[in-house]
Amino acid sequence: MAKFKTRLKVKMKDGKVNVKAIMSHPMETGRRKDKKTGETIPAHFIKDVVVTANDKPVLTAEWSIGVSKNPYLSVNYAGKSGDKVKISWKDNKGNTGEAEKTVK
Amino acid sequence: MKITMTASIAALAISLSSFTAVQASPAEDVKAFQGYFKSKFKDTKFDDYVNGIYSIDPASRKQWEEIEEFPPYELAMDDGEAMWNKAFANGKSYKDCFAGKLEDIRSTYPRYDEKADTIRTIEGDINKCRTDNGEKPLKWKKGKIAALSAYIAYQGRGKEIAIKMPSTEKELAWYNKGKTFFYAKRGQLNMACADCHVYNSGNSIRADKLSPALGHPSHFPVYRSKWGGMGTLHRRYAGCNKNIRAKPFKAQSDEYKALEYFQVVMSSGLKWNGPGARK
Amino acid sequence: MKRRTFLKGSLAAGVTGAAVGGGLLAPSMAFAGDAAATTDPYAATSVEDALKALGITAEDSDKITVTAPDLAENAAVVPVEITTTLDSAEEIIVMVSKNPTVLVAKFKLGETADHGVKCRFKVGKSGDVIAYVKAGDKYYTAKKAVKVTKGGCGG
Repeated sequence: MAKFKTRLKVKMKDGKVNVKAIMSHPMETGRRKDKKTGETIPAHFIKDVVVTANDKPVLTAEWSIGVSKNPYLSVNYAGKSGDKVKISWKDNKGNTGEAEKTVK
Repeated sequence: MKITMTASIAALAISLSSFTAVQASPAEDVKAFQGYFKSKFKDTKFDDYVNGIYSIDPASRKQWEEIEEFPPYELAMDDGEAMWNKAFANGKSYKDCFAGKLEDIRSTYPRYDEKADTIRTIEGDINKCRTDNGEKPLKWKKGKIAALSAYIAYQGRGKEIAIKMPSTEKELAWYNKGKTFFYAKRGQLNMACADCHVYNSGNSIRADKLSPALGHPSHFPVYRSKWGGMGTLHRRYAGCNKNIRAKPFKAQSDEYKALEYFQVVMSSGLKWNGPGARK
Repeated sequence: MKRRTFLKGSLAAGVTGAAVGGGLLAPSMAFAGDAAATTDPYAATSVEDALKALGITAEDSDKITVTAPDLAENAAVVPVEITTTLDSAEEIIVMVSKNPTVLVAKFKLGETADHGVKCRFKVGKSGDVIAYVKAGDKYYTAKKAVKVTKGGCGG
């Protein structure tokens, strides 16, 4: 399975741009034990998320281990057709992900 | 578990008693089976059964609809699409194994194969395609096979479950094998699939509501939040069997293939709606 | 079937994990309350401690709506939506009262953003999903109780 993929959807809805994204990420809490080895699986989670429209920030988020695995995020903003929406994130191990879409 | 003798249950009972007395035909079984659920859940539209427990439980349906806003199986579908489009080492690809249009593939499974006297499933044929072309077969229950199955399922969404009614002696043998499995008690908890998913459908076991068996196979493969990933129908069969402390069978074993065959026949007339998202 | 989890050992590991997460913030993403934070808010195991660490006091507001299921179908994936009609809402902080790490997320709203956000959280034990919204110089709060129970269908 591809690691750390980010899927972004943008569309006009009721006059606003609806942005939704799902990120492929284990969001490991650091509390689970590996069933086979008995060792604690270290925390591995997305910490920072930024959503921009035409390079201007729409939403900035800071996440902890309490966010679900394969996290989902949705926000609406006052935008228009042609806007370039981008989401980028970074996890506590330095991995990053991003996706970009243009609003139709 | 009280079984009150309404007409629908009587019909179902008759189809069960077919083991000893007159053989009810699969078509009659389907009518009895679907009729049972229709009278049990009068407010549920027939087409909605493909949504499992969400067709009969509004509280969990709302949460499921939220999840469906951006279903987690879409990540797997992308992987599946990439797999579908990638050629094997020998230059051939999945397209060479699966005849016809991509959108029609899902609804051609499961099916009885006369030459091999077996039931062919979508996952079975995915791996057959691989081994026929010199590739290693994939693991049966999750990961890549589920991703590709999810892609194919999505392409075939909305097509009717129009499986051929078993009629030849061999087809009926497989059908009855699956039917027997479905109604037979097993495991330390001595329960049959039917105990939870027919007679107790809609009831709760602790905090879980039991889904009706009608429409079960339509939404597989499934992204289960509990698994944090995709899984195939046979993966779920094994899990369910383990739940009642019964020995699980291997994925793509005769038992599970027969069960899949039986379940799809029982769901005739509904629409394929995979891949699905469940808790 | 193994059912016991050894809480002591895993809790220690959990706190370490939270501390690792809490310490690294990109400069461009400074959140209000960071200057006042003396202890790591992500290490807080109670709502009170988290609020203290963030340097926040909030008053109840009926202009915030926390939408979450009464009974979570899956405690690890609980869909939550927080919306507010408070003017100049600029930040939404989310806590889950009975989670081992109470502070789950912080959202800073850009100028053009609607005053709302949807996310999916883990709810460890039946408790409240609490939203703190910064509007103007004050924080306001509202919450929604979410029950989680153990299901019967594993596999």
